[in-house]
Amino acid sequence: MIHFKNVSKKYHDHSVALENVTFNVLPKEFVSIVGHSGAGKTTLLKMILAEEKPTAGSVFFESIDINDLKKSEMNDLRRRIGTVFQDFRLLPHKTAFENIAFAMEAAGRTDEEIASDVPHVLELVDLGNKMQSFPHQLSGGEKQRVAIARAIVNQPDLIIADEPTGNLDPVNTYDVIQILKKINDLGTTVILTTHNKGVIDSLGKRVITMENGKIIRDDQEGKYVL
Amino acid sequence: MLWTKIKRVSKSGFVSFWRNGSVSLAAVLIMTVTLLVIGSLLLLSALLTSTLTSIKDKVDINVYFVQNANESDILDLQKTLQHLPEVATVSYVTRDQALQDFRARHQNDQLTLQALDELSDNPLGAIVNIKAKDPSQYEGITQFLQSKAVNPTDGSSIIDKINYAQNKNAIDAISRIIKSAEKLGLILIIFFALVAILITFNTVRLAIYSAREEISVMRLVGASSMFIRMPFVVVGLMYGLVSGLITVLLFYPISYWLGPTTYSLGTGLNLFTYYLSNFGQFFVIIVGTGLVLGAISSFLAVKKYLKF
Repeated sequence: MIHFKNVSKKYHDHSVALENVTFNVLPKEFVSIVGHSGAGKTTLLKMILAEEKPTAGSVFFESIDINDLKKSEMNDLRRRIGTVFQDFRLLPHKTAFENIAFAMEAAGRTDEEIASDVPHVLELVDLGNKMQSFPHQLSGGEKQRVAIARAIVNQPDLIIADEPTGNLDPVNTYDVIQILKKINDLGTTVILTTHNKGVIDSLGKRVITMENGKIIRDDQEGKYVL
Repeated sequence: MLWTKIKRVSKSGFVSFWRNGSVSLAAVLIMTVTLLVIGSLLLLSALLTSTLTSIKDKVDINVYFVQNANESDILDLQKTLQHLPEVATVSYVTRDQALQDFRARHQNDQLTLQALDELSDNPLGAIVNIKAKDPSQYEGITQFLQSKAVNPTDGSSIIDKINYAQNKNAIDAISRIIKSAEKLGLILIIFFALVAILITFNTVRLAIYSAREEISVMRLVGASSMFIRMPFVVVGLMYGLVSGLITVLLFYPISYWLGPTTYSLGTGLNLFTYYLSNFGQFFVIIVGTGLVLGAISSFLAVKKYLKF
């Protein structure tokens, strides 16, 4: 589904973010990417979203070369990918309901669909009673669950979660990972980056380990080894 | 679908104008100041124009005819003058009328009146009073008169004198002052309007700068450029509308307060009456400028954060 082919990214001569990275992610897979800060994990994810362009090599989403896309096609691509970040990235002046509705509006969904799907997806992440709350009225865990709800509401083919548990306590971390697992079980591909050894070891899914912009390990049912 | 889009974009714009209360308030205040400046410039230029017109109106020249000039020649000349493009009005004062005016002017001066009674004939010639459209044109009119006003029977001039020569310096000075006042007024208006526009643009840019994170989130969710941008344009329109209305309202007490003063300064214009009689035009200009400024500023400011 996602295919990196000899991808390198240099910011300038002495700063190499990625070096000759090649790997595949299959549909319905749950892949974790681990590595120290600066190993190149976030750069990798940004390339799938076309936020960064590779200096060399190509990134494919199914058979589409992401860097050949025009701006409007890029928007279509982004609607097929749900994103979750460490800092939640909710729209601060919109309620939980409106944050999710915004993603649906951007995808051109009808008002009827929005009225029925948003409450449903908020129930799914156990926030049915916080629909009209603004982000600043929610706890970290609740914000992240709103972000996940937003990421899945358009039924994307792929969820990208960039250290989604980085700002959360263990209980919320567990909840968020369980939700991601459930989403994956329902058939959505998930790419997760994390520093949390416990999370990786409990998942028992594929782990890609990165160091200095290179892939140094790629194990099915991997552990956190660094 | 288009209607749904318009509905969503306007709703989102209204809501964010309301929820970002402090930012909106700041932007509206700055824009109100901007529009006040632009409005004041408009009123000032109206005052200037009116002052200049009333000064111009006071400038005229009198053509004094010789006593034996034929009335028909004078009337012919008056007709010719009226057809000149430079001439605004021509009024003819007959010899009898001139005498009456003279008597009226000197009604307390018995000596002069007695002297006048001693004379068997009216000593005054007819007068033609000319007002040009622009003071600088008097010289040309004078030259024209001197070449045309010839008695057809003996070839002598029917004009006794034209008081242009005596007033020449004053008229020249006034035309110079009027010209530079108009020029200065225009330069000032352009300058302050530019400053005001830049300030507004910067304010809106700052308001949107605080939303740059949101813009990048909207991008990641897959929103198209237009879908991100249009709510901001709606907010910009709201800034313009609200501050335009505030400005138009503020000018009511301002012009009411300044009205009598401006009139007594000899501008020939009461600012308050002027404001009320031109309210429609003023409303359209101020609110329209607000809307256009707000929309364009937002449109350009968001552009900066829409890259990638």
